[in-house]
Amino acid sequence: MTDSILLSTKQVAFFAANGYVELQAAVPSSINERFLDAIDASDRREDGSPQNLEKLSRLGGLMAKSEIPAVPAGTPLYEALEESTSLGDLIRLPSVRGAIQSLVGANCLLDHHFIHVANGPLAYGNRRQVSQHLHQDSTIDPRESAFDIQIFYFPHDVTPDMGGTRFVPGTHLRVVSESAVARYQNMLGQRHIECPAGTLFFMHHGIWHGGGVNSTNLTRFLYKLRLNPTKPQVRLWDTSDLERDDSRQRPIFFVKERYDPESVASILTRPMPWFENDTGRIEYIQRIRFWRKLIGDESFDADYWATRLECEPKLLAS
Amino acid sequence: MGSGKTRQKVLVLYLANSSLEASVKAWAVYDGTGKQRHMPGDSQEPPYPNGLAALLDGWRLIQATPLINHSHGEEFRMGYLKYEFFFEKLEHCD
Repeated sequence: MTDSILLSTKQVAFFAANGYVELQAAVPSSINERFLDAIDASDRREDGSPQNLEKLSRLGGLMAKSEIPAVPAGTPLYEALEESTSLGDLIRLPSVRGAIQSLVGANCLLDHHFIHVANGPLAYGNRRQVSQHLHQDSTIDPRESAFDIQIFYFPHDVTPDMGGTRFVPGTHLRVVSESAVARYQNMLGQRHIECPAGTLFFMHHGIWHGGGVNSTNLTRFLYKLRLNPTKPQVRLWDTSDLERDDSRQRPIFFVKERYDPESVASILTRPMPWFENDTGRIEYIQRIRFWRKLIGDESFDADYWATRLECEPKLLAS
Repeated sequence: MGSGKTRQKVLVLYLANSSLEASVKAWAVYDGTGKQRHMPGDSQEPPYPNGLAALLDGWRLIQATPLINHSHGEEFRMGYLKYEFFFEKLEHCD
């Protein structure tokens, strides 16, 4: 087996701030084709006939008849998806195995997996197609020292008119209750995924997202795989690029040199377009606290946001 | 208003701070006239740059989130967007 390609510190810092890591076209076409074969969807053309809709609908054919296994929740990932299957080979690709290991550890568990299907207008007849509301998966998740990831796998090209998943980078650290955020139709900085076949997004479980409207006559597929950690998620990635300077304070506000935009502090204090004035600063603090957990160093800070609040000198007892 | 009916259009703006002059960060539109159907993810640009611009265009403010003190121990927990403003317009429909 080829060595895993672990994520770098910069990539994991990006994940801490943005809530995702993207690997474009990481899955070779041979696996993409085998995956589509396994769900009997090599031909994704829709013609509106009942037979065609039966074949390209979620429960009608794709899941009930596919070769993708139904897996008991909490099964070790590499037991659940065996080698020489399309998904088994996918999760053993060096870059994929490395990203999984970097975020949730090599001994992670398969929580669940699912095939999301977006049919085109022919499947709707006279019914109106509506995009999915914004939501956070599962339910309120107040964990502070652990997180799940969800791998979003797009086995074919996703063009802008296919309604690829919409998500809002940087929302992952907000504790909300699933679809309670549905009222927010649009947010500055929201992203609509369009990507080449074989692209993977490794999402933090908390990221706000929703499916878009497919206005083509090709069925759009998304395979989603949720993974849980089994050990503390501390320095699981390739930390060889974790620099000493990443833990040093730098001048703030009154500065004479431009910041290194690639430093961990810069990555963790880069605002999102949707940030409110005041809570944007609290987002920095949340990211700093998240990074402290990830590197196992409770003294880490970026631009003094946390240290200032922790500065409470006490009188020494005589 | 003649023999037609009056219907409500609702605009929800999420602003950068508690001032109506603050910039728009998120938004939603619900059109009770049925003339336009909006849905999640249907626009990348907000309908107005700030709350005041909506007032200038004839929207009536009907609700704003109050400013709530932060409970001890929960000061840094972030959840829903904080500065939510509901506006309405009443439109005549034939």
